[in-house]
Amino acid sequence: MLIEVLLLVTVLSAIAVMVVDDEIAGRLAFGLSLLPLAGSLLMYSGFDGSGNALLGGDIAYQTKAEWITVGPYDLGYHVGVDGIGLALVVLTTLLMTLAILSSWTPIDERQSQFYGLMLFMEASLIGVFTALDFFAWFVAWEFVLVPMYFLIAIWGGPRRKYAAIKFFVYTNVASLVMFIGFIALVFGLPVQSLDLPTITQSLQAGELGSLGGISADTLRAIAFIAMFAGFAVKVPMVPFHTWLPDAHVEAPTPVSVILAGVLLKMGTYAMLRFNFTMLPGQARDFAIPIAVLAVISVIYGAMLAMAQQDLKRIVAYSSISSMGYVLLGLIAYNLYGVGGATFQMVAHGLISGLMFMSVGVIYNVAHTRMVGDLSGLADRMPVTATVFTAAAFGYMGLPLMAGFAGELYIFLGAMQSTVLPYAQLFTAVAMFGIVIVAGYLLFAMQRVLFGPFRADTDYDIVPAAVHDQISIVVLILVIVLFGVVPDLLYVNIQDAVRPILAIGGGL
Amino acid sequence: MVELPYLTPQYLFGLTALVLLVVDTIVPWSRRNDLLAGIATLGSLAVAGTSAWFLAAGTGLQPHVPEVFAGMLVVDQMSLFFTFIFGSVAALVVVASYDYLEGQANLAEYYALVILAATGMSLMAVANNLATVFVSLELASLPSYGLVAYLKTNKGSVEAGLKYFLIGALSSAIMVYGISLIYGVTGTLHLSVIAEAVAGLASGSQGLLGLGLLLLLGGFLFKTASVPFHFWAPEAYEGAPAPISGFLSSASKAAGFALAFRVLVEAFPIEAVATTVPWAWILVIISVVTMTLGNFAAATQENVKRMLAYSSVGHAGYVLIGLAALAGTGDIATDALVLGAAMMHLLVYGFMNTGAFLFVSLGEYWGIGRTFEDYNGLAKHAPFASVAMTVFMFSLAGLPVGGGFLSKYILFAGAVQAGFWWLAAIAAVNSALSLFYYTRVVKAIWIEEPAEPFDIGSTPTGIYVAVIGAALVTVALLFAFDPVAEAAFDAARVLL
Repeated sequence: MLIEVLLLVTVLSAIAVMVVDDEIAGRLAFGLSLLPLAGSLLMYSGFDGSGNALLGGDIAYQTKAEWITVGPYDLGYHVGVDGIGLALVVLTTLLMTLAILSSWTPIDERQSQFYGLMLFMEASLIGVFTALDFFAWFVAWEFVLVPMYFLIAIWGGPRRKYAAIKFFVYTNVASLVMFIGFIALVFGLPVQSLDLPTITQSLQAGELGSLGGISADTLRAIAFIAMFAGFAVKVPMVPFHTWLPDAHVEAPTPVSVILAGVLLKMGTYAMLRFNFTMLPGQARDFAIPIAVLAVISVIYGAMLAMAQQDLKRIVAYSSISSMGYVLLGLIAYNLYGVGGATFQMVAHGLISGLMFMSVGVIYNVAHTRMVGDLSGLADRMPVTATVFTAAAFGYMGLPLMAGFAGELYIFLGAMQSTVLPYAQLFTAVAMFGIVIVAGYLLFAMQRVLFGPFRADTDYDIVPAAVHDQISIVVLILVIVLFGVVPDLLYVNIQDAVRPILAIGGGL
Repeated sequence: MVELPYLTPQYLFGLTALVLLVVDTIVPWSRRNDLLAGIATLGSLAVAGTSAWFLAAGTGLQPHVPEVFAGMLVVDQMSLFFTFIFGSVAALVVVASYDYLEGQANLAEYYALVILAATGMSLMAVANNLATVFVSLELASLPSYGLVAYLKTNKGSVEAGLKYFLIGALSSAIMVYGISLIYGVTGTLHLSVIAEAVAGLASGSQGLLGLGLLLLLGGFLFKTASVPFHFWAPEAYEGAPAPISGFLSSASKAAGFALAFRVLVEAFPIEAVATTVPWAWILVIISVVTMTLGNFAAATQENVKRMLAYSSVGHAGYVLIGLAALAGTGDIATDALVLGAAMMHLLVYGFMNTGAFLFVSLGEYWGIGRTFEDYNGLAKHAPFASVAMTVFMFSLAGLPVGGGFLSKYILFAGAVQAGFWWLAAIAAVNSALSLFYYTRVVKAIWIEEPAEPFDIGSTPTGIYVAVIGAALVTVALLFAFDPVAEAAFDAARVLL
């Protein structure tokens, strides 16, 4: 029941915010967004699930209902969370509340529409991380695009319309590819429903038959590739990443926060659920190509970030790099690898969200994000500079920050992986990415925040607004909290990940 | 317990048309727009209501599929399903026409022609004999020609009407020639008897039968605005009054498909015609060409009405998958799934596409024009109608804001199951392309700034009710899709 209440409250909040006046929309949205946040914390404190939702574990807050019957097939409504879903729901609600708080300064037109769309997006994101029936999940998955399109296209930068339509069509194509792959897989099974746990367990039981003359093995391989390609666009993996810099640079900062913090995690979450849980055999077969893509994403993404002059672009490209680590952890197929990858989804969500927020705070004051235009801001904006620097250190994976736990687990897992051939080599190359990250982030920090004060802008550099400072300070505290006590989430994640390893052979 | 006749919906349509004409005869020149629109709306809603009621009551399911008039007509789930579409679309169109026709002459004729065309369509859905097929097709077509040319002082409208009439007459001639060939070969016009005759056909007459079938197919392709008989569609839809464009592109297209479904599946089983004209394989190609051409042409339009016209060609291509996939090796459940999905899509399409055209009629009512640029910044002036149009556009594109998402993806899934994954892939590429041009409308309405400030007039109640009603149904269908899905599947199951 709790999940339904959560979804309903969020949708109703969105509608309520849509119809109120612009003057109070931001405050109302912030207040109402505390409800889903409280709801997700309630979910967290009362969490009684165990095991993996798809592999027969005890699902917490489960609801199952009939929705549509099409001939022999049941498209049901089925929601519930395990440790993985729970962690991402908490991430979503937390980040959305802070993103809304950080929108107060930059968003000054059509406010009620903006905040309404943000809350609609929150509802569909919660849907993505809780739905356990394919069509219900797919509805949420696709609906995310609608508010995102408007958020980029209305409130974005100069090239916002181009960026928005590129994001829209690109990710829609990806969904279509994924859909065809997945549905072919389902039709090869003797199941009569699109319930994800049922499908997964049927696949594990080896019940896959042939479909239209395509043998089970080929079907598995095709489905794996189609789904992987579809999700890779969302992650995004090199070479499917070209929509991301455009979308990020043009999107207003609070939207970038959600885009980097939560939307990218949809891709890795879906890969974990679909590719790595449903088709572990194929994941093992394709281990080397996947690891190559992961490492290329890490290194190439970092190189691209290094070449940028725009702070926001730097953070955007570095996301590609960080998502590469997540993929490397997944393909390691052991407890530290997959568990660490899942934890890193949350950690990166928080840290990259914070990075974007900090860039946003600077932009709100200076009205420029170019590294070359700014210098020595630390004197004038001490709190922001402190948090920004801390976030950058978090991004590099320094201890006591959430990123440290995530990346450490991933590297530990990847190093000792028995599934991935040449695991040590791949890990070593990927770890080199950290060096590049440190290089470009420190260099950018040094130039923007420290040194003699200089600002090529017509605006006065003054400390940021109080609510802006609150949002980034709260977020850095949360990051430190998860860095110091990763077990807050990691215990549940580990519990949900273990059954995947049992079938993946990496235990 | 009173038992209604099986053809109650058809009778209601016919009766409504007659009442409209009688009222006009008794009180001529009264110009009682509200009275006439009211009668037409009530009649259409009654048709939709009774069809839904019959559907829910299980009329026309196996084992008892009622045939009436010596088997000339058949009332099964499919006919009721389609009659429900015609009733709903006619109601939307009539309600919107109330405002659209303000100040026009010949109101009664307009409403009567709409309802007469709808009567013809509902007869197309029950026709079980090539003679009734042809008569009902003509009954649906002739009023449509008049309706397209209704704005008789408007050059575009008249030109469109003439074009539509000429191509329509030609395709009728082609079709009736095909029917005569089929009759010559098989000696009967009854669909089920044709099927028997086709199965035991002497090898010498197969060529003749094949020719007849091809010509018949041409007639269906004309009615559904599929390639290569789609040329009339953009002209007719652009020139016609916008509510009529919506009516033709939704209801008339659905009627064409109802005919094609029944005649092809019932009279020409694929196994039986495998050596003459395997129509399903022909339709595979036509489906690909239709959806690709429709979508690519739609993507290049500057005029929203014309874009919708081409997108309607594209959607005909999607629905053709329902017939094309019957060529696969799937069992009857697979065939029923994909054919049923095509019917579901036609139903949802009836609401979202009609709604979109009615939004265009709103633009014409306000006199703001028909191109994408003309809609710039409209959301500020008409937020509710703009939300409705956004729902239509995204639902047509297959995003989960409306039932179009479910029907489209179930259709793609059906194609995959029938072994036509590559057909589904081509449809998927088209669907992504369609997102691009549908979004252009949304972008114009919500995001672009108008070139110069403009003002819209009053809020036309009728069009608003129709547009917002269609949007509400489209959204509701996302959640309450189950009745539609079950009815469509059953309908396909009975037919196969």
